[in-house]
Amino acid sequence: MTEDPYEDLKISKGAVVKPRTTLVNKTGSWRSEKPIIDHEKCIACGNCEKFCPDMAVKETEEGKFEIDLEYCKGCGICAEECPVKAIIMEEEEK
Amino acid sequence: MTEDKFKHEEDLFCSGHRACPGCGAALTSKLVTEATGPQTILSMPTGCMEVTTTPYPESAWGISWIHNIFENSAAVAGGIETAYRSFDKRNKEGYMNHEDVNFVVLAGDGATFDIGIRSLSGMMERGHDVLYICYDNEAYMNTGIQRSSSTPIGAATTTSPAGKESFGEDVHKKDMPSIAAAHGLEYVATASVAYPEDFKKKVEKALEIEGPKYIQIFAPCPRGWRHESKNSIEIARLVVETGLYPIFEMENGKITNVKKLKDRKPVEEYLKVQGRFKHLFEKEGGEEVLEELQKIADSNAEKIGIDKE
Ligand SMILES: Cc1ncc(C[n+]2csc(CCOP(=O)(O)OP(=O)(O)O)c2C)c(N)n1
Ligand code: SF4
Ligand code: SF4
Ligand SMILES: [Mg+2]
Repeated sequence: MTEDPYEDLKISKGAVVKPRTTLVNKTGSWRSEKPIIDHEKCIACGNCEKFCPDMAVKETEEGKFEIDLEYCKGCGICAEECPVKAIIMEEEEK
Repeated sequence: MTEDKFKHEEDLFCSGHRACPGCGAALTSKLVTEATGPQTILSMPTGCMEVTTTPYPESAWGISWIHNIFENSAAVAGGIETAYRSFDKRNKEGYMNHEDVNFVVLAGDGATFDIGIRSLSGMMERGHDVLYICYDNEAYMNTGIQRSSSTPIGAATTTSPAGKESFGEDVHKKDMPSIAAAHGLEYVATASVAYPEDFKKKVEKALEIEGPKYIQIFAPCPRGWRHESKNSIEIARLVVETGLYPIFEMENGKITNVKKLKDRKPVEEYLKVQGRFKHLFEKEGGEEVLEELQKIADSNAEKIGIDKE
């Protein structure tokens, strides 16, 4: 029988890292302005969550959209894309 | 301290990456993972997304992800797909059936239009079951905003600067979707980050098709285009609403679906909010380039059929 050359083939590994590990990096420290949601005005459309490039807007168990300031970079997209202007950007204190 | 109410553990593309605030490519990455789901192997060449999402020893990805050199992400994805077919044939244990795995490339415009075009062409020609997605930010951003063959007429980059004699880029943007379609692809589409549901639907549809597929998504870069980070989505909407970046589906070489516009906006509305086009409004002679850009939008509208009657 011919030997299967692939049987013990070892593929050399490059650098292998664990998934989701950028979560250790708290990008909230980058922010110069912070978004504040007015929950009275919010209609829970989810635009802020949909467009956030930093996965910093999350729907909580109570169905409210809230911002995780540990990661929010303050880009302002959520405020801009909110159809009822329920999000304002407030300057961060130094 | 992370409050418990914020759940990041299930995300397939995670917070903490180093992309600039408001980065359209980072938003694209999130949308890609939402559409493909976890059974995906993503191959990514060098570029902003690779650099900002995997600073060693971290990774923002919750799906299988492999970095390769600039030139060969399509070849690597094709190789992985072929390996999975071979595992199936030999009933190799520990590997899923190749039909249950999504083989995807996510690459920048430099990697796609210029440096990796040869391996992309080969992958398409050989007919691998790979979805190739290009996030198009219209220049080589990660190395400092050099022009690529995706850079549009009139855009200032560090290698196509606006100056006394120059109005920025003076060569037309390469028509990459048509090049992909000319390889006989069953499915080619364009998209914009301003329309996430549309993009995700296109990704899902493409993944249903066996063989090579190409999707190109417009992804603003606030750093390279010199605009405020909050305007990324607005700009991605305006480029479509002016006709400068039509979003469509092309099946077997024929356009089958186009986002139609009722009142196409003048191109100035899109251009004036970006620093990379600033000179067109300030410098004598800029009007001619503006006219040329309007002509491009008009010709897109006619060719692709954007205008609603
Ligand atoms: C063969 C080769 N040439 C040049 C580089 C340097 N380089 C790294 S990233 C990059 C820019 C990538 O541009 P693009 O593909 O458009 O992605 P973006 O950074 O814009 O997201 C360049 C030129 C490289 N890594 N390899
Ligand atoms: S400001 Fe930007 S990063 Fe912060 S939550 Fe809004 S969209 Fe996300
Ligand atoms: S330079 Fe542009 S593409 Fe690169 S991370 Fe920043 S915004 Fe994104
Ligand atoms: Mg680029």
